[in-house]
Amino acid sequence: MKRRNDHMRADKFAAQRSQPVINPMALEAEPEGRQKRALEMGHTRLMLGAGLFCVAFLVITARLAAVTLLPGEDDAGVARQKIASTGRADVIDRNGVVLATSLTTASLYANPRQITDPDSVAKRLAPILPELNPTATATKLSSDRAFTWLWRNLTPKQQQAVNNLGIPGLYFQYETKRIYPQGNLTAHLVGFTDIDGKGIAGVERSFDDALNGGTRPLQLSIDIRVQHIMHEELSNAIRDFHAIGGAGMVMDVRTGEVLSLVSLPDFDPAQPGAAPADARFNRATLGVFEMGSTFKTFNTAIGLDSGTVSMTGGYDASKPIRIGGFTISDYHGKNRFLTVPEIYAYSSNIGSAKMADDFGTETQQTYLRRFGMLEKSSIELPEVGAPMYPGLKNWKRINTMTIAYGHGIAVSLAQLISGISAVVNGGDMRAPTILKRQPDQIPAGQPVISEQTSINMRALMRTVVQEGTAKKADAPGYLVGCKTGTADKLQGHTYAKNARMAVIVCSFPSNNPRYAVAALVDEPVPNEHSYGYATAGWVAAPVAGALVQRMAPLYGMAPIPDSDPAAQNPLAALVADYDSPNSKKPHSMVTQVKATANGATPATQSKIPVDDQEDVTGPPQNTDPGASIADE
Amino acid sequence: MSTFSRTDRSQLGQWWWTVDRWTLGAILALIFIGAILVLAASPAVAVRIGLDSFYLVRHHYAMLPVALAIMIGVSVMSPRQVRRMGVIGFFIFLGLTVLTILFGQEIKGATRWINIGPLNLQPSEFLKPTFAVFAAWMFSLQHSDKRVPGYLISIAAYLVVVGLLMKQPDLGMTSVVTLTWFAQFFIAGLPIIWVVAGIGVGAGGLVFAYFTFPHVTERIDQFLDPKAGDNYQIDRALEAFSNGGLYGRGPGEGTVKLVLPDAHADFVFAVAAEEFGLIVCLVIVAIFAFIVLRSLLRMVGENNLFILLAVTGLVTGFGLQAVINMASSLHLMPTKGMTLPFISYGGSSLMAIALTVGMLLAFTRKRFPGSVDL
Repeated sequence: MKRRNDHMRADKFAAQRSQPVINPMALEAEPEGRQKRALEMGHTRLMLGAGLFCVAFLVITARLAAVTLLPGEDDAGVARQKIASTGRADVIDRNGVVLATSLTTASLYANPRQITDPDSVAKRLAPILPELNPTATATKLSSDRAFTWLWRNLTPKQQQAVNNLGIPGLYFQYETKRIYPQGNLTAHLVGFTDIDGKGIAGVERSFDDALNGGTRPLQLSIDIRVQHIMHEELSNAIRDFHAIGGAGMVMDVRTGEVLSLVSLPDFDPAQPGAAPADARFNRATLGVFEMGSTFKTFNTAIGLDSGTVSMTGGYDASKPIRIGGFTISDYHGKNRFLTVPEIYAYSSNIGSAKMADDFGTETQQTYLRRFGMLEKSSIELPEVGAPMYPGLKNWKRINTMTIAYGHGIAVSLAQLISGISAVVNGGDMRAPTILKRQPDQIPAGQPVISEQTSINMRALMRTVVQEGTAKKADAPGYLVGCKTGTADKLQGHTYAKNARMAVIVCSFPSNNPRYAVAALVDEPVPNEHSYGYATAGWVAAPVAGALVQRMAPLYGMAPIPDSDPAAQNPLAALVADYDSPNSKKPHSMVTQVKATANGATPATQSKIPVDDQEDVTGPPQNTDPGASIADE
Repeated sequence: MSTFSRTDRSQLGQWWWTVDRWTLGAILALIFIGAILVLAASPAVAVRIGLDSFYLVRHHYAMLPVALAIMIGVSVMSPRQVRRMGVIGFFIFLGLTVLTILFGQEIKGATRWINIGPLNLQPSEFLKPTFAVFAAWMFSLQHSDKRVPGYLISIAAYLVVVGLLMKQPDLGMTSVVTLTWFAQFFIAGLPIIWVVAGIGVGAGGLVFAYFTFPHVTERIDQFLDPKAGDNYQIDRALEAFSNGGLYGRGPGEGTVKLVLPDAHADFVFAVAAEEFGLIVCLVIVAIFAFIVLRSLLRMVGENNLFILLAVTGLVTGFGLQAVINMASSLHLMPTKGMTLPFISYGGSSLMAIALTVGMLLAFTRKRFPGSVDL
């Protein structure tokens, strides 16, 4: 086919050649043989090349028109990227209150090459930016560089004033600045970012990826109102008892949502660098402490749930326990047989230890693991402390007995409140969260104890408020149930003489708990109103009581009158008032028989902690309150 | 317009009546637009790199008469003289390119430049058109002279050139030289099977470059996935097109030149779009299309194989450079670092382009059939 074409073209040339020459320009030089065929093919292929160029230019034209005229998909992409690259999503509380946001601010810079009179410019800027040093500014403006920062993050008023000066060579660069409208109130929780907008603490760090480039705000489970109440009440307690710090949490026991998480002292998230390290230490999640008698809540729940003891059962607490060179005794010993409600309400170490000894080490470990006491809390913060307890192989009988009343194991407040929530909510353990959970996102929960055990525990905790150490935690009508604990703090390898941790765990309302509250006050010192006491009943209980009193109405909870059947607690009648004069017999509970400095865990230290300095919430009846402190 | 009498037999008179005045006019229009755009784009760049704001403008304007002189001077020559010059030039610039690799200064990760006296030259820019002439000669010799293994010599020369360019490394130039040479080979009658094989090798070469040169990997990744990596330059360029709209923001009102490091060279098209709008951009595209297509279509009537191949090579190189520059500005392909002929600022590149079109004009002059003795 091709060959025939070539012949035809050749014939045409032949015909042309035979004609008389009129226009020399039209006459083609005579190509010969091989070269002629090559030319023919070249001409055909040339058309293809021209065609390709044609297509290329048409594509460019079309694209040019599209990019220039249409606000097309690509432009939208560019615009979206711009927003994403500068923005960082807000953090809001469960009701939409802004906890962290990004603002665009103007920063002033100069091109010194365009500044003709540096001194005059510096002088004119001085009244607008009083913190700007005019001499240094004049030096900067006299340099040969093309860029120098003058002041970062001007207020809009300052920016307007600088604009009004109309000085050529001054420019604004728009930057985004992270703002924490709640300041100190959410510092430990929300955390902060570095100057490049990268989260380096708290929610800002744990959700850094989601916040960066995210446009939808991150909604936390925190209720800023409850956070404020906790912050205020805890601050009051710390101030009143000259404590060094404290922490408090509120949790929805049905969902695991954290409504409040406060750690004191705190800091201004706008200037985290200015705060001392202690202020940046999160006592609620990173700090792990021995939680003292509050652990009797778990101990009693384990005893009841494992069936080794019943609500009507009990143990002889008339004599201290001597084991392995240690003596376990009671702070306010009754020196008689105590029923389970009495052991819990009077906070008997002897009874609790015997109860634990009854169900044994393995049962204790199994339940504590299910209560989340043996693992780091899964709360979504970077600052989470791992619990401390004897290794599972070193977990001896003595450990089982001291852990029964909260010594020899150190956990975080976040772990504690999650466990307490499981105790009172019907027995289901849920992972704590600081993110708001929608109704369909609530996890089913892992059953830890039976519903009946949970009901019994609510009654026991309510009894502690009605008849025991937590009277100051009561909020009339809201059926608060609590357990207090006061533990000597470990300092190095021994227990401190006069440094305590006052802890309280509560839930309300006891007939059908909705919220759990946990608070701890670090190293409270007795004050003039506390009759020499700095125990949890005096220090931490009022925090919980005041918080419930203020929080419950916000959540539309109606007070339940004392006459209401739901408010009745038959256990209260079975337990004599803790304050009754004959119940008082302060003495030292634990005395060291033989030092065994076997150091890994607190409980096996040379001195067993003086546990549970649970005391009266009214004036003590005995002679010298100061003496009772000194006595231990 | 006509200042020469048709009977004027002087060299200039002959030139005037035989040169392709349409193409010449189009080229002068490009030079004019380039002279305006360098005023728009280069002061911002000059200030940013610490020069006097009109330094680059003065430099460009000083080079324009030189470029014009080169273009006219070369176009006056006979095809035979041009071929001789092209072939000799090819060997000179090949040597200079070797020297750049041995002694050149490294700028932005590549050694492409060499100082000759006061001139700072990029010899590979000149290698491109002279190699096109050399290759055309070899391809045509294959057909006209049985004793000369034209294809083999051309292939060998191509391998040397590409080897040198990859050594610098200069992938943009390598691809233009490759495509140009391949187009010539194609026109010269490369069997279809080899055309297919060649396209395969070319694609393979690109893949090889992608995995071998980190900066190539980066640029292609950026193109394929706009979210990955830094797309700052291309995003700003697209913004400029969108800002410009139909009529542009007006001369001097552009913002993209303030932020793009190569606003006066690689991204001059975006500056044109922002300040002068779609209409001026379309005029630029139309001029390039006119020059390229007119030259190619005129060759359909050309019966001298060497001239056909040489013009194809020169025009393809010229056209590809324009297409690649505009297409990268428009994010149709990865950015290549290539100037827009006559529009971009650039000393070496301007001279080389002037040489290219000078030779193009020389080859496309009307001749008495058979008068070309090659």
